[in-house]
Amino acid sequence: MSGQRKMSALIPGEAMFRQVIPAGEYWIDVVGQGRTLRIVDVEGNQAADTLFFNAADVAERYSAVDTIREQRNVYLSCGSKLLSSAGNVMAQIVADTVGRHDTLGGACAGESNTVRYALDKRTMHSCRDSYLLAVAEHDRLGLGKRDLSHNINFFMNVPVTVDGGLTFADGLSGPGQYVEMRAAMDIIVLISNCPQLNNPCNAYNPTPLEVLVWDTDVR
Amino acid sequence: MYETLIEGGKHWSLTVCAGTRLRLVDRDGGANVGMLFYNPQNPLERYNAPDTLKCQHTFKLTKGHCLYSDMGRIFCSIIEDTAGWHDTVCGNANRELVASRWGERSYQQYRNDWTQNGHDAFLVEGGKYGLGRRDLAANVNWFSRVSVADDGAMRFDSDHARAGHFVDLRFEMDTLVLLHTCPHPLNGAAQYPRHPVLVQLSKAEPVRDDDLCRNSRPENGRGFANTELYRFCGDGAGQ
Repeated sequence: MSGQRKMSALIPGEAMFRQVIPAGEYWIDVVGQGRTLRIVDVEGNQAADTLFFNAADVAERYSAVDTIREQRNVYLSCGSKLLSSAGNVMAQIVADTVGRHDTLGGACAGESNTVRYALDKRTMHSCRDSYLLAVAEHDRLGLGKRDLSHNINFFMNVPVTVDGGLTFADGLSGPGQYVEMRAAMDIIVLISNCPQLNNPCNAYNPTPLEVLVWDTDVR
Repeated sequence: MYETLIEGGKHWSLTVCAGTRLRLVDRDGGANVGMLFYNPQNPLERYNAPDTLKCQHTFKLTKGHCLYSDMGRIFCSIIEDTAGWHDTVCGNANRELVASRWGERSYQQYRNDWTQNGHDAFLVEGGKYGLGRRDLAANVNWFSRVSVADDGAMRFDSDHARAGHFVDLRFEMDTLVLLHTCPHPLNGAAQYPRHPVLVQLSKAEPVRDDDLCRNSRPENGRGFANTELYRFCGDGAGQ
């Protein structure tokens, strides 16, 4: 699925919803079946740490391992079907100006930052903190820490080498690049706009994302 | 030492104390062992494959690597490994996948030769500890090698799992281990692969300052420091 770039025909002025997510903040909302979600990398190389849940049964959720295994490719791009833990299609990527997105690297957390960077990074802000606040502030959804599993990192480039290494390469994304997916069921979308200050992937400079939703349901 | 044989296509679980060595042996070749790890004091702390990979800049697991929880601590270290590559990104086969690849073999008709799948195996074992669908995570598949080409394409190496290969895990924390011996989800064997695994438990040698896993990367030194803090404060106290 790597390298499949495709522009969208959707017009931002016709979106039913649009919102900027500043770095270090989250966005959580339901995107209905048939609707199209676009995530825009406004200033470039910013990680959109993204999770999906079936709005009717939150124990069914995005599964990175099922998604990459069934498409036989570790990278996400246009055409990728984002599968659930039950093997159902939750959404499909229908437009992508970047060509490759990561779903191996997971989200940052204060605890993993201590391992990756230094023990004194423990108290720095992280995606998992944003996720935990999101589910606490929306406890009517019935989500908690155990639902915060293996996410997608839109706009991040994490190449796997033939001999089994994992590298963190310069992003393929840039200002204004975007990825778009069409919901195949009613999904709860949870995005943390990554606050990471220790990783050169975002040039140590976390920047805003924007989300747009179009009512493209043709049922 | 304690030893038990887990037949192919089955599942088991146990709580392993810190300081224990757990050896898995692919007795006949072709084995796959799905495995998940939880903190028995607080099962919300669990194996985190993304952290394990990114903390050590690796896609495969082998000797010298540590398996991390989502709390920056180390459940266990891989202190010996003759296989050289183990998968942690492919998950499990489910019932539909097993049925489509090898045909449905019901318990009613086949009894112990039914075709169990890894997903259901984890649900059953996890259920014994109050864990359910929401608690499953990306698991390890011991003895299975899935490599990746430059374009991202994944390939299962059907010749990787050889008779007699073993891997030794040294547990750094008390850990709840769920395991199954069901087929790897990318195994394309003509018949449902049903290969037994020996599980051997013994006391591990103490971790020395020059320990391979502790020193294989600077990240692992910090992972050990986090784990030692947890033990310093008493298991379950949390940090």
